[in-house]
Amino acid sequence: MKHLKIIISLVFTIGIFYALNTKFGTIPPIGKFLNPYTGIWQNEIDESVNGEVNIEGLKEEVSVHYDNLLIPHVFAQNEEDLYLTQGYLTAKHRLWQMEFQTYVAAGRLSEIVGESALNYDRQERRRGMGYGAEQAVAVMKQNPETYKLVDAYAKGVNNYINELTPATYPVEYKLLDYEPESWTVEKTALLLMYMTKMLAGADSDMQYTNALRLFGKDRFDMLFPDFFDITDPVIPKDTDWSFIDVPQTPLPETQKIALDTITEIIDQPNPDNGSNNWAISAEKSATGNPILANDPHLGLNLPSIWYVMQLSTPNQNAFGATIPGALGVISGFNEHIAWGETNATRDVIDWYKIEFNDDRTKYKYDGNWRAVSMRIEDIKIKGKDSYKDTVLYTHHGPVVYDKNFKSDMELAGYAMKWIGHMGGNNQRTFIELNKAKNYDGYANALSYWNAPAQNFVFASVEGDIALWIQGKLPNKWEGQGKFVMDGSIPENDWQGFIPQEFNAHTKNPKRGYVSSANQHPVDENYPYFVFNDRYETYRNRVINDFFESKEKFSIKDIQDLHNNNYNLKASELMPHMLSSLDTSGFNDAEMKVYNQAKAWKFNNDIDEIGPSIWREWWKAVYNLTWDEFEVEDSVMKTPFAYQTIYLLTNGGNNEFMDIVDTPEKETAQDLFQISFKEAVVALNEWKKDNGDYVWKSYKATYAGHLLQGLPAFSRFNIPIGGDRNIVNATSENHGPSWRMIVEMSSPPTALGIYPGGQSGNPGSKYYDNFIDDWASGKYHELNFLQNNQANDQIIGTQTLIPTNNE
Amino acid sequence: MNKTLINFIATIVLAYVLSLFMNWYSVMIASALTGLLIPLKRFAVFFIPFIAIFILWAIYSYSLASNNDFILAKKVATLLDLNGNTTMLIVVTGIVGGLAAGISGILGKQLSILFSKD
Repeated sequence: MKHLKIIISLVFTIGIFYALNTKFGTIPPIGKFLNPYTGIWQNEIDESVNGEVNIEGLKEEVSVHYDNLLIPHVFAQNEEDLYLTQGYLTAKHRLWQMEFQTYVAAGRLSEIVGESALNYDRQERRRGMGYGAEQAVAVMKQNPETYKLVDAYAKGVNNYINELTPATYPVEYKLLDYEPESWTVEKTALLLMYMTKMLAGADSDMQYTNALRLFGKDRFDMLFPDFFDITDPVIPKDTDWSFIDVPQTPLPETQKIALDTITEIIDQPNPDNGSNNWAISAEKSATGNPILANDPHLGLNLPSIWYVMQLSTPNQNAFGATIPGALGVISGFNEHIAWGETNATRDVIDWYKIEFNDDRTKYKYDGNWRAVSMRIEDIKIKGKDSYKDTVLYTHHGPVVYDKNFKSDMELAGYAMKWIGHMGGNNQRTFIELNKAKNYDGYANALSYWNAPAQNFVFASVEGDIALWIQGKLPNKWEGQGKFVMDGSIPENDWQGFIPQEFNAHTKNPKRGYVSSANQHPVDENYPYFVFNDRYETYRNRVINDFFESKEKFSIKDIQDLHNNNYNLKASELMPHMLSSLDTSGFNDAEMKVYNQAKAWKFNNDIDEIGPSIWREWWKAVYNLTWDEFEVEDSVMKTPFAYQTIYLLTNGGNNEFMDIVDTPEKETAQDLFQISFKEAVVALNEWKKDNGDYVWKSYKATYAGHLLQGLPAFSRFNIPIGGDRNIVNATSENHGPSWRMIVEMSSPPTALGIYPGGQSGNPGSKYYDNFIDDWASGKYHELNFLQNNQANDQIIGTQTLIPTNNE
Repeated sequence: MNKTLINFIATIVLAYVLSLFMNWYSVMIASALTGLLIPLKRFAVFFIPFIAIFILWAIYSYSLASNNDFILAKKVATLLDLNGNTTMLIVVTGIVGGLAAGISGILGKQLSILFSKD
């Protein structure tokens, strides 16, 4: 009897231990998670900003002054110490995020969250993310100076990881029940791949191929023209290109497009990823100094993608937004220059149809069979055996789609040619840019940049402004890579690259300003093949019109432009739609919305109701217009907003206006009428559940925690105006992720803010403390220290001391 | 001092000492040991270690969180469907520790019977 009791109590004891020490689904191991010694209570800590820390691998002492925004101002004696410290401090505030992003990049999520992420992981591995990172590391190694610094950064991160115990792990590790691993140079390369995928990882080749097959060339060209009837390109139209003496690749004799039916494609990055930047000359500036501004539009996440730092050595003094995992300031300034980026969006992904031999060991190329190489992706899965996926590689790149993945072709596949696979020392650009002293230093730093292609804006204390569209860009024949190409024909390969010095750029243009907002890089006069590859057509026009509107611009004007909510897109269609409505049969609800819409002046301000009406109406009319694109078994891409509005206003009788499912032959006017009624119903249904559809509630902007928007660690209903295609490009979960304005006085003075906070710890008051100011259009003055001396905004100073290993 | 009070205090002290070099399950070892060495009777076998660890964990959690305005506790209390109620989170924390301690207290008591009668 007593033995039975012992056994029972033992079983219960083991049972309770197991139950409290194990993660069940999304429920963390509750004993481990909640106990006050090592659980989440240990993360209820204030930030440490004082004292001394021993750091392994430092050469000399480093001072870190924290200001009241928790921005660290780093003063190191040499570059290696500087980047080691950057790694250390970034890890201190953002370790979980920086590591998680590399897992996301590498396709290693299954290791953390289990089998549910397997398809995602397979996709990222087949996309060649790890392969690309390996190529980048190989190229970085060829430049020992860069490699040494990236390695120093890794040492800094690892110094912090080594300080940690299970009690002090960031809270997300406790929630998901895993441990940080060492940081490596490869992880920095993976982070850069993550950015490359985010900004140069989209293409429409497969959707275009389906559209070409279904609609034919004439209609395809009408729907997707290479250039719209209006362009206001990044590099001004009047630019003289006569200095370019390397011609465009000539059109090959055989152009075989693989007109396949493609049913499924891999995930694409958010199409809203984009940005604004501009610089105005001294003459155009009310202060007499050039002014530069940048606001990258990315997903609004917590922790934010940006982490702000000042990075100083006797040889440089850079300040601005860094990306956890990468070295240097990405969007910022130093004593001499300022810089910022927008995405240049060029077609740097092409797809090749591959024909295999019977056992898929060879593929057809130039009339011969070439050997396939194999890369075995070993995907570890939490709680399960790992999954091995064999990816076949051709000289084009990885065969992403084949019989094992999103395709049923037995002996064929689609190989991906991507600039992201070609390696490159992109890190060097930022290391050089951070210490550049003038235009030449900036141009030289850019020459190392391969991908993702960016519009790098520039201004200097000397008075220069400039903008280079920089990336390693294939010199394509006219039309190359718009559709899936036959991978066996050598002429279809990329034949070379546009020589770097011939990338489009402008320095001190006559008009007194440079600007970019993801629009067309150039007009038709640029001698290389460029086509409309998802270019934005609204923000750029509002920005350029603003700079043409008067003589001089103040810092306040620049702030107003960042926060400009003018909805140019709505203004180009809504009046036309309203005037063509037949209101005679309208019910009360329709009449009410009609009057509300008529009163709107096209500003997407937080308390307006017009933007909500426009949003619903536009969605409905857009879907009705392109119902021809709902094709079974074919993945499709509907035409761009600009071309849609062009057709709706100029081609009201076009065959695409017809609604396929009805016997009648509809025109644009019919679509306006039907879609308006649909919009009124949708708005009133929304109102029933949520109250008035004022824009701030209707849009309900939020900053979601990186872990699938974990609500407890996210911020909801942030009251901010704007929307996609508006200069203040804030949509639901996407928008200006960093707003910076720099005046090129000596030293420069700068404003900056981002929707987040410096600390990645949800238990820190610095986790999301910038969000309210950001939403209301405010900025923080950036405290640009000129020497290693704390001023009155500094709340604490930490000294990093080299540990003696001898 | 009666045995109950001694067990109660010993559980807290031992749990605290063990926690300095052991993970959360130190409370299980502490209450198993006190159950073995200072055996209690009937319901006390479970409830005394339960209350001891409940109090230890609740007070410790409270003191950590109160130094940081309960910023994280509020969020975790949302995460765990406690409507952001930090008091509830502290209670749940106490119950988790208390349960683990109480059950291992029973094991300790059973072991003490085994050893005393053999």
